[in-house]
Amino acid sequence: MQAAANNVFRALADPTRRSIFEELTRQGEQTVHALTRYAGVSQPAVSKHLTVLKRAKLVRHRREGRETHYQAQPDALTPMVNWLDQYGAFWRERFDRLESLLERME
Amino acid sequence: MNQPKECPRSLVIERIFPHPQEKLWRALTDSALLAQWMMSNDFEPAVGKKFQFRAEPAPNWNGIVDCEVVLVDPIEHLSYNWGTGGPSSGLQWVVDFTLTPTMGGTHVRMEQSGFGPDQLAAYNGANYGWHKMLGGLERVLDAGITATA
Repeated sequence: MQAAANNVFRALADPTRRSIFEELTRQGEQTVHALTRYAGVSQPAVSKHLTVLKRAKLVRHRREGRETHYQAQPDALTPMVNWLDQYGAFWRERFDRLESLLERME
Repeated sequence: MNQPKECPRSLVIERIFPHPQEKLWRALTDSALLAQWMMSNDFEPAVGKKFQFRAEPAPNWNGIVDCEVVLVDPIEHLSYNWGTGGPSSGLQWVVDFTLTPTMGGTHVRMEQSGFGPDQLAAYNGANYGWHKMLGGLERVLDAGITATA
């Protein structure tokens, strides 16, 4: 599960990929052409970004004629949310320990 | 799910401890004290100091956190980078503590942000509408985790 979360974090660490993903969640399905226009980078660059997003399962694609259409899969963010929940539990536990340390300190 | 899901940007945990700010600062910055509630470490409160937290290895984790001190502002503000999985994983966090004196104690706010500081700056900027999607989880976690002593 952490591996899945890592993929998601890494995929979204890049600002261009993040904006592509965001555009897809906003606009619904988009072609590579439309995304290229939106992102303002070359089409090969957009395709590379989409491959990374696909690997993280953040987008899904389908071919129609010569066009490839991409769609956001926002549920793929779940491992990331779960992972942050775990970190939340980690910090809560540390804060409990900090609290008892403070009791013992001068 | 039809609605875009909010993408979490950071994890925020807040708590009020019934102790003076100076004491909290010591617990956060004295290596021996820090070891008693965090993990064993070679922390020093000096900007640029590279240090490690070490815990028992766990599945998917070698137990080591590679850190570097980013900010030391006694007795209010402390942040360090927080990297797990070694340099190859590219997973870099920033852990940020803010201490604020309150009635009868000290308010501690811990924020762990993802994606590293450069990217944080990038998406805090107006270029990306990303921030509109963010913040939801932070609020949820705030509500769930904030506890007063």
